[in-house]
Amino acid sequence: MQYQVLKKINFNDFIASLAKIEKVVAPVARGYNTFSFQEVKNGQDVAVKYIPTILPPKKYFFPQREKLIEFNKNAGTFEALLEYEKMVIFGVHTCDLAGVQCLNMVFSDKPKDINYLVRKNKIIIIGLECNEYCDQYASCKVVDNHLPNGGYDLFFTELNDSFIVHVNTIYGDELIDKTRLFNPAEQIHLDQLEAVRQKKREIFKEEVKVTHNDLAKLFDKSFDSKVWDDLDARCVGCGNCTNVCPTCYCFDVLDNMNLDFNTGDRSRMWDSCQNEPFAKVAGGENFRKTRGARQRHRYFRKFKYPVERYSRYFCTGCGRCTRTCMAKISLKETINALVDSKEEQK
Amino acid sequence: MKTAKLTDSEYLVKAGKIIRARQMTKIEKLFEISLPGGESLDHEPGQFVMVSIPGVGEAPLSISSSPTKRGSFEIVIRNVGKVTNALHKFDTGDTVGIRGPFGKGFPVQILEGNDLLFVAGGLGIVPLRSLINFVIDNRRDFGKVTILLGCKTPQDMLFGDEVDSWSKRLDVNFDITVDRCEDPDYKGNIGLITKLIPGVTLDPERTFAAVIGPPVMYKFVLIELLKKEIPERQILVSLERHMKCGIGKCGHCQIQNYYCCKDGPVFTYEQIKDKKEAL
Repeated sequence: MQYQVLKKINFNDFIASLAKIEKVVAPVARGYNTFSFQEVKNGQDVAVKYIPTILPPKKYFFPQREKLIEFNKNAGTFEALLEYEKMVIFGVHTCDLAGVQCLNMVFSDKPKDINYLVRKNKIIIIGLECNEYCDQYASCKVVDNHLPNGGYDLFFTELNDSFIVHVNTIYGDELIDKTRLFNPAEQIHLDQLEAVRQKKREIFKEEVKVTHNDLAKLFDKSFDSKVWDDLDARCVGCGNCTNVCPTCYCFDVLDNMNLDFNTGDRSRMWDSCQNEPFAKVAGGENFRKTRGARQRHRYFRKFKYPVERYSRYFCTGCGRCTRTCMAKISLKETINALVDSKEEQK
Repeated sequence: MKTAKLTDSEYLVKAGKIIRARQMTKIEKLFEISLPGGESLDHEPGQFVMVSIPGVGEAPLSISSSPTKRGSFEIVIRNVGKVTNALHKFDTGDTVGIRGPFGKGFPVQILEGNDLLFVAGGLGIVPLRSLINFVIDNRRDFGKVTILLGCKTPQDMLFGDEVDSWSKRLDVNFDITVDRCEDPDYKGNIGLITKLIPGVTLDPERTFAAVIGPPVMYKFVLIELLKKEIPERQILVSLERHMKCGIGKCGHCQIQNYYCCKDGPVFTYEQIKDKKEAL
């Protein structure tokens, strides 16, 4: 374990010198209490204190739209291609680090998704610790993402007048060397880091009426719960919740013909299980007809199915789905309602 | 943004040449397709391919021919969507994109030596034909074989000549029914396929049932098969789902924790009986 320290007065220089080495993206303020990952050139552009961005860093790993194939119809040729960009993402919170870890599992599951796997290795990730809750919608403790669990090259934690930086990979170490602004951490910094973590253990409590381990068990028995009827009545089926989710990876594959009516491409685009035709087959049968069934599917894809397949929750606790929902469907309230309705059944 | 060529992308298609096209009914068309250099598709009965037209898109389609037929394979297309409508305009000599084969087909190694009961309703004959012909081509490796078919009217029966030849084989028990028939000279069964099952004599412990049909058919056929006491793990079904990738990523085909395209489309009844949304 290697720790370095960056003085806060050197933060602007750090981002500026990083931007000279590589494209740097970081959270940027976009109006009242709204942030998004954007390219930055110096430290003043970066919102070091921010609540989860509109879209998670997923957009760099798994872009909204991506070409998979280019074809020439008359020549009868098809070429598979990969679009990528080298970059450094600065300021990734632990919830979003977990989100990337989930995507890594999905896309490296066989058959592997080469487009994703090559692209992810072109991206350097610099994490940033949340010393306290971002807002009331987060539920990172119950899914165990409030503390760093790897998935970064460097990890920044804010101390009094400096950042203590955990160097996790040689790629992170290279950036430390190249920017020449860091000093090895001393005992006092490590003590301060431990104090931050200790305080976090006091602040962060399981945000719902169920423990980390019991959350999966709750969903084992919740398929027929009346809670889904309530969501059915409220959900407007807009798909915002899945678009902003750091672990939603469903996509559509579409052909685009160029104006020459000969060349074109086959691309994938983000899709949403909340859209009505998502599970509809050609014969007309729809296997998730109602908005309630589709909401239930979304929750089960976070708390049950991935636990069976990948042994982890695919909810990172970031709270984006709750913040963005037009019908005010809250993840925490839904889980609590499931707990309550189970109590009533007893 | 940089671009690089990929030679190992799962989305890369092969140019499939249509070497024979036949309009089977008003809405169903058969294509026999060969791959470049005479390459074999090397599929299992029950698997599917993604068939595409550049600029129009891709659609998942069952492979209808048996893997015992080498050098080419067959698909049957019902024109119900954008891609399948466009495919209906294709003919012998045209080229389509092929990816696959995908998914888990019928476990033919496990079926060997056992009695087999085939139940196909409507378009279910298309994928089940792959297994039926595989079994017929390796007939002595299997026990008693019973084929039950159902369709809307006698005119809707696909692969009529082939079905006729199955019905005449001494080593196959065969029965067929239609939902309705206006021809007064028609002497065959009229009614749902479920009515054919009670009359079949079988040894449930050594019988595997393979069932493919429209979603509504499964529930009722399964009840009849369970009445016959065929063990749940020996009842095989093939499920239809919307699919975009074929490799367990895009999410469209998900049945609870299963991806139909990767964990299926062939499942045992035991696997899916507790999965709501499966049937």
